[in-house]
Amino acid sequence: MSARDHLARGAPMLRVENLSKHFGGIRAVDDVTFEVNEGEILGIIGPNGCGKSTLFNCILGQLQPTDGRVTLGGEEITGLFPADLNRRGVSRTFQLLQVFPNLTVRENLILAGQEHVGSMMSRLFGPRDAGLGTAAEKMIGFFNLGHLADSKAGGLSYGQQKLLDAAMAFMAGPRLVLLDEPAGGVNLTMLASLKERLRAINREQGATFVVIEHNMDFVMSLCDRVIVMAEGKVLATGTPDEIRADPAVIEAYLGH
Amino acid sequence: MTPPSPLSRLDLNLLVLLLGAAILWFVPAGMKSYGIYVISFWLVMSIAAMGLNLTLGYAGLKSLAQAAFLGIGAYTTALMTAKGGIAGPVWSWPLAFLASGALTFLAGILLGFPALRVKFHYLAFVTLAFATLMFLIFRNEQWLTGGVYGFPNIPRPTLFGVKLLNDLAFFRFLLVVTLALSVAMWWLLRSPWGRAFMALRENPLRAASLGVNLRSYTLLAFAIGAGYGGFAGALYAPMVEFIDPAPFAISASFVLLLTVVVGGQGYFLGPFLGAAFSYVLPEMLRVTGGYYLLVYAALVLALLLVSPQGLLGLVEKLRERRRVKAAQAMRDASKVMLEARP
Repeated sequence: MSARDHLARGAPMLRVENLSKHFGGIRAVDDVTFEVNEGEILGIIGPNGCGKSTLFNCILGQLQPTDGRVTLGGEEITGLFPADLNRRGVSRTFQLLQVFPNLTVRENLILAGQEHVGSMMSRLFGPRDAGLGTAAEKMIGFFNLGHLADSKAGGLSYGQQKLLDAAMAFMAGPRLVLLDEPAGGVNLTMLASLKERLRAINREQGATFVVIEHNMDFVMSLCDRVIVMAEGKVLATGTPDEIRADPAVIEAYLGH
Repeated sequence: MTPPSPLSRLDLNLLVLLLGAAILWFVPAGMKSYGIYVISFWLVMSIAAMGLNLTLGYAGLKSLAQAAFLGIGAYTTALMTAKGGIAGPVWSWPLAFLASGALTFLAGILLGFPALRVKFHYLAFVTLAFATLMFLIFRNEQWLTGGVYGFPNIPRPTLFGVKLLNDLAFFRFLLVVTLALSVAMWWLLRSPWGRAFMALRENPLRAASLGVNLRSYTLLAFAIGAGYGGFAGALYAPMVEFIDPAPFAISASFVLLLTVVVGGQGYFLGPFLGAAFSYVLPEMLRVTGGYYLLVYAALVLALLLVSPQGLLGLVEKLRERRRVKAAQAMRDASKVMLEARP
């Protein structure tokens, strides 16, 4: 079953309405509206500085949008703090590497899930792994990090850290995962493995993805639907094939 | 292979702790009271440093107020247990001990609030202001603390109806309390809380995106660290039986900071090593006469130049170097084999 068959298979999970973010006179994000359906993998592409990362940061509570609203499953989440959003099932990875270098791979994964189970008290007096030992073990196996489970994350190669970074985003069983350039700086072998793992999680957990990415092959082969941004606005929306054929897109982005 | 994480190393630390306590039980048996005083003082300051190590070493929050918490604990215990303290009737030491911990815990929460807004050296200055304020209270509010004349006649605790007047008996009592507090800290650090504290130190932004409540954990790191300062104060007051503001001055907070840094920030046993360096070594260097400060300063400088991660950081560095050497030897051996192949 190809990823294309999942097109529009669920109700809207994330809805972004008329979202704008201005920095002084600069309209980094300008009246952006789109929605992501449940179980869908949506790609957002666009040249550097087109507002992709700002859009992400507004959705994720890292920045306060100037205007507009964001809803998750019909519930308004505009301007919520990152930790609150995370507890509502929204998870993310960052453009630059964000693992905890002095914790082991296993500890990184347990940390990524521990605030979602039990209470503050059970986290102090309960088991050391917060009951997530098996889940972490499974995730380690799933991302082929088994031989590195007890190594410090800081000692891993860049590609391995990227895999760990992605694995951490899935530890709490999120409904929605926003991936900011997951393929950046990852070699070809690791990239194929990452794409295949993301697909498998999408299929098995039914998690919804939004992916910002520069690597065109990666986006086109992974995503069900793609949004093209330019100068803070949505330039085009469609399936990867439609996007590839869109003259405006070719002009703005692919043509160069 | 990369070295094991600080968390898995913690189990070994518990073993060292229990062994160390067993040995220390017998060590001072033949010592004169001065020697017993020096190692008692070492234990008390280790507890205070353990608290700061949580705040600074594990959670990465710069605090320069640990001696102020030590003072709050010491004066609280003095006021509650000594005759003539304003707390009215004479309370038992265990109650004063708990009150000292609770009061400093609350003070730590209050001091933690600025930490939610400012970071790094800015935070250090906020805590410095607090330490200054507390010192001024200890020194100037004579009706409460006795001011520069000090607070005399702080009684030793009574255990099973026996007053711990004997220095050796008090030392052993101190040892048991230190062990209990250390085991509690060990448990805390290996729990998910410990992991969250380290996440706070290494990458607060990422921690928040994983659902870690930065606010709660920041305040807790401050409050528990301060509480250990209070506990240490509650032990310090009856140990010396007379307190004045000097040991709780700003400079004392700096020495505690030095203790944590020299021992190794974020190493469980670091505070014990660091306290030996800051509080026992100067006593031993007294034989050098007027040169002892000079020798001591040179030692501190040399250590921090060689290993900014402190004594335990130095141990890890040496171990790492040996591992790298072994790996290089293996690579060289395999290279010879590869080249020998036609």
